[in-house]
Amino acid sequence: MKTDPKGVLTGEHYLDGDHACAEGALAAGCRFFAGYPITPSTEVAERFCSRIPLVGGIFIQMEDELGSMAAVVGASWSGKKSMTVTSGPGFSLMMENIGLAAMMETPCVVVNVQRGGPSTGLPTMVGQADMMQARWGSHGDYEIIALSPASPQESFDYTIFAFNFAEKYRVPVMVMMDECVGHMTEKVVIPPAGKIDVAYRTMTTLSPDKYLPYVPEKNLVPDMMPVGEGYNIHSTGLTHDERGYPVMSPDAQDKIVNRLVDKINKNADDIIMIEEEDTEDADIIVMAYGITSRVTMPAIFEARKKGLKVGFIKLITVWPFPEKRIKQLAKTAKAFVMPEINLGQVVLELERIVAGKTKVYHVPHAGGWVHDPADIYKAIEEAANGNKK
Amino acid sequence: MLDYNKYLRQQKFPLIWCAGCGDGIVLKSMLRAIDKIGLSKDEICMVSGIGCSSRLTGYVDFNTLHTTHGRAIAFATGVKMAKPEMHVIVVTGDGDATAIGGNHYIHAARRNIDISVILFNNNIYGMTGGQVSPTTPIGSRASTAPFGNPENSFNISGLAEAAGASFVARGTVHDALILDKYIEKAIRKKGFSVVEVMTPCPTAYGRRNRIGDGVAMIKDLKEHSVSVRKASKMSEEELNDKVVTGILVDRERPEYTDNYNKLIERVKGSNS
Ligand code: SF4
Repeated sequence: MKTDPKGVLTGEHYLDGDHACAEGALAAGCRFFAGYPITPSTEVAERFCSRIPLVGGIFIQMEDELGSMAAVVGASWSGKKSMTVTSGPGFSLMMENIGLAAMMETPCVVVNVQRGGPSTGLPTMVGQADMMQARWGSHGDYEIIALSPASPQESFDYTIFAFNFAEKYRVPVMVMMDECVGHMTEKVVIPPAGKIDVAYRTMTTLSPDKYLPYVPEKNLVPDMMPVGEGYNIHSTGLTHDERGYPVMSPDAQDKIVNRLVDKINKNADDIIMIEEEDTEDADIIVMAYGITSRVTMPAIFEARKKGLKVGFIKLITVWPFPEKRIKQLAKTAKAFVMPEINLGQVVLELERIVAGKTKVYHVPHAGGWVHDPADIYKAIEEAANGNKK
Repeated sequence: MLDYNKYLRQQKFPLIWCAGCGDGIVLKSMLRAIDKIGLSKDEICMVSGIGCSSRLTGYVDFNTLHTTHGRAIAFATGVKMAKPEMHVIVVTGDGDATAIGGNHYIHAARRNIDISVILFNNNIYGMTGGQVSPTTPIGSRASTAPFGNPENSFNISGLAEAAGASFVARGTVHDALILDKYIEKAIRKKGFSVVEVMTPCPTAYGRRNRIGDGVAMIKDLKEHSVSVRKASKMSEEELNDKVVTGILVDRERPEYTDNYNKLIERVKGSNS
């Protein structure tokens, strides 16, 4: 499926990550945005609301983030590709209806331009400490998809990917940006509409009397039917059966929760995107995502100059985590080094997967600024020395 | 007589509501109003939150979305904006709409978005077993107000009026046929409309406050309701324990989806 040319600002631009995100959403076919102002994400909303009426779409500034997320889920059930954008404190409020979106299997995109936390924290300064919240911040068991851009160009590109995954897997997809990327201005190339692949949820081809809204089809994902199309569907946040009707039983619970988790984990190969550089024969592999993946580069160059064999993995998809690939690399690499702007979140998953087979060196940062590459270099050196011992 | 069954998902019966609950009376009144207007089932999207009344969406054969506690109106805002041609009806309760969802309630009224809210006011949290709600009268007993409620209660119709709703009416399950008219008017009205329905919860409110069973509570409702016209001649003191019923607001105000569509036309025009 190709995108609507009217929403695509084809050409070369000089944009910050927030503005690029808004353009990515438009190009992906997003036609509904509900949000609430919050630094450092507000520019996405400002850009979107000035562009969206031109293509007949909707922007609404809600009374809070609880309402924003609820409206996004509602609009998606009306058949529109929908999104919201926020930062930490708003993300916390959205968790309630992110859980609802997961349970109702509603395609939607949530962008979090991360700042320092907890609480109000550092509104105008960078953080990457909402990564675990992105994964499991709402109550109960479910899986989502999270992508992390490291540049305005990636902000544009990955926002499109996010919509495509949301539509394909009927799941909330998080674009976990950070303040640096959000406010960094660089060249962004927007291709012609015909060159951008966009997905739309698979609609049922069954007649209303045959259709059951929660029968898993391809990839364990049920075909969808929005309201107002003659199907009189019912959807609920309660545990439900294939008809969408509430069923209060451990059996129904077992079935639905497992499928919500399986539809992401069993399709992980399709969802996971990583960039690898010199990992095959690396002694040390540095792993990073978002802005930190760029801050890491000088440290890697420096280490290579010193003769160390350093590979690099950049996570585009953070959740689901590239478990299979890491298990392979854990057999050959002697250590992993992982900087992130938090005190240890995604690194926990890395540690769990390598399960002591190789060492993991975390390079924490409490937020407010990016790492000093020298600190990452030190960790690489330590990893190299640690393994010499 | 109307064949209610054509609007019901009979495979979902029996209902979860207790014997003597007023919610079924409101359900039937809604169906009569919808039938009278002649809307097709597919033109209606019914959205509810959490609570006894909110379970209604499971039983009716419209497009139905049963959402999170307090968020039905915000959710419905998304549904309506994205498909303005649909009749969006929110089914909610006093706790759902005016405690946890109070902010969405007043802001939807302020926007005057074309959504009809049928607000089941039973003065209590029924589903969780009888906790005090924003409309529990002062002095009444609830499981979380065992010595009598020390808080003042909300006038939730007044709240909708003050916030800007186009249409506000208050009815009771005692006068179900009049209720039909209010619901019909609310659905027909372009703009945000609220029908506050006083409905008994014998299980969680009536028993604890020694009013009695469902029938006794409906009789009690009858004794305490006065029409708007009558109320206008009564003192504040006389009105203290009264339920004022009737059409409280019926006015024309710019409606949000209309305004938004005009904005789209204007902006598109200026760019071509
Ligand atoms: S608890 Fe009260 S409101 Fe709930 S179903 Fe029973 S009587 Fe009705």
